[in-house]
Amino acid sequence: MSANRSLPRRRLLKAAAAGALATLGGCATTRSGPAAARVLVVGGGYGGATAAKYLRLLSGQRIDVTLVEPDADFVSCPISNMVLGGSKAMADITVPYATLERAHGVRRIRDRVERIEPTERIAVLASGARLPYDKVVLSPGVELMWDGVAGLRAANEQGRIVQAWKAGPETVTLRRQLEAMGDGGTCAIAIPEAPYRCPPGPYERACQIAHYLKTAKPKSKVLILDANPDVTSKGALFKRVWAESYPGLIEYRPQYKATGVDAAAGIIRFEVQEDVRADVLNVLPPMRAGAVAVQSGLANANARWCQVDFLNFESTVARHVHVLGDAIQIAPAMPKSGHMANGHAKVAAAAIVAELSGWEIDPAPMLTNTCYSFVDDRRAIHVASVHEYVAAERTFKTVAGSGGLSSVPSEVEGGYGLNWARTIWADTLG
Amino acid sequence: MRFIGSILHACLWAVTASAALAAGSADDLQQLRTRSLAASCAQCHGTEGRAAAGSIVPALAGRPEADTVQQLLAFKAGGRPATVMTQLAKGYSDEQIRQLAAYFAAQR
Repeated sequence: MSANRSLPRRRLLKAAAAGALATLGGCATTRSGPAAARVLVVGGGYGGATAAKYLRLLSGQRIDVTLVEPDADFVSCPISNMVLGGSKAMADITVPYATLERAHGVRRIRDRVERIEPTERIAVLASGARLPYDKVVLSPGVELMWDGVAGLRAANEQGRIVQAWKAGPETVTLRRQLEAMGDGGTCAIAIPEAPYRCPPGPYERACQIAHYLKTAKPKSKVLILDANPDVTSKGALFKRVWAESYPGLIEYRPQYKATGVDAAAGIIRFEVQEDVRADVLNVLPPMRAGAVAVQSGLANANARWCQVDFLNFESTVARHVHVLGDAIQIAPAMPKSGHMANGHAKVAAAAIVAELSGWEIDPAPMLTNTCYSFVDDRRAIHVASVHEYVAAERTFKTVAGSGGLSSVPSEVEGGYGLNWARTIWADTLG
Repeated sequence: MRFIGSILHACLWAVTASAALAAGSADDLQQLRTRSLAASCAQCHGTEGRAAAGSIVPALAGRPEADTVQQLLAFKAGGRPATVMTQLAKGYSDEQIRQLAAYFAAQR
């Protein structure tokens, strides 16, 4: 488009925007009439997509639900480590949003929410549009705190060091880096201090990369550099797999907190330990609630996570703003997982439907978590838990005597793990 | 174009603005709580107990109530071996198990 044509067009857009906003402003202050309540859902991951679907289901389609998500399709983090291992492709972990719209009547806007204005009950989009809401559900996932590791932001922008922690194009890049690595090379995975998204994820990733290297480049090595004092999830199971299935291929070093990188030299620096050089670097920085939560002043725990009322997942600082998934300050023993985010969404959706119907919110909600990790292309291990709301402590706690781990990795559990993925994708998006 | 789309969408919303749903009955309230409880099974067994196509995990929808109660109590007591269900069933009270079984039996 030429410059002399673009100016009038921009003016037209501005005029259209001004007209729409005036209309919205008037209506937002005069909440009357018999029409449906409007709930805005921000983020189309495991938490947000499930919330959108279940708000429609549990309200008998009486709530107008709009989902704001910039990506064209849902790409699953669970199972994405198997793309690195070579047994799955991106198409296997990609699910369209179409069914949410077609089967459940969720409206979808492909945009990003910049911030929420809780007193005005307005969401401000990157496009500049201002959307009013009766309730907003934020499921923004995590933001990677690049500045927590010196030099990492620039290295990522140059494409030298990828995170691949949010599954997507970087998953493909990391796989290509592994394919390009020579036999005898080292891939280093640096893990931040907990809490971070998906506690067992980095250890599963080590297994998947080692599974690939074992046949393709057997002289190579995976080095796990963990800021934590020990493996944070399924520790005994992972250590046994490393010893039995990947001897000499995986080395685990606890107490390695990364503080800086030199991408050109392939060097990671640490708070205490000596520098480490590797050929492929997968350095995961510390994480916090997704940017929209931080921008909206909702990250009131350590300026990183969002505290919520666990009965309805409403923010403790903003009425009518519900926060789900990895972005929240977790309850004891509650993992930052996709399964858990899906569960948060259902508790929040039921509470919102109850509140909008003038009913008492369920005083005893329940959550489950089942998390599979694949130790190669066929065998998996799991950890499972059941969480009940404890009114006296206003939090979720695991039910005494429930939950547990696999006894050994098995192909039977590998089958269940893939079945879990297909089913939760359908439960979240189908 | 996306921007204009957003504005049009916001306009559509503006004409349907309201903050409350019609009040429901006590039965509706109990139904909502039961559906919410049952939704904690859906990640592995499918939405409303309807298994995804080709699932190797059984569907719960339409399964006779007595059968589901018996299976869940057996998982809970450890009498029926399983990978995950022996661990999850221990998290639910017998009353919740009966509630879930009745709900799933009623799904078609």
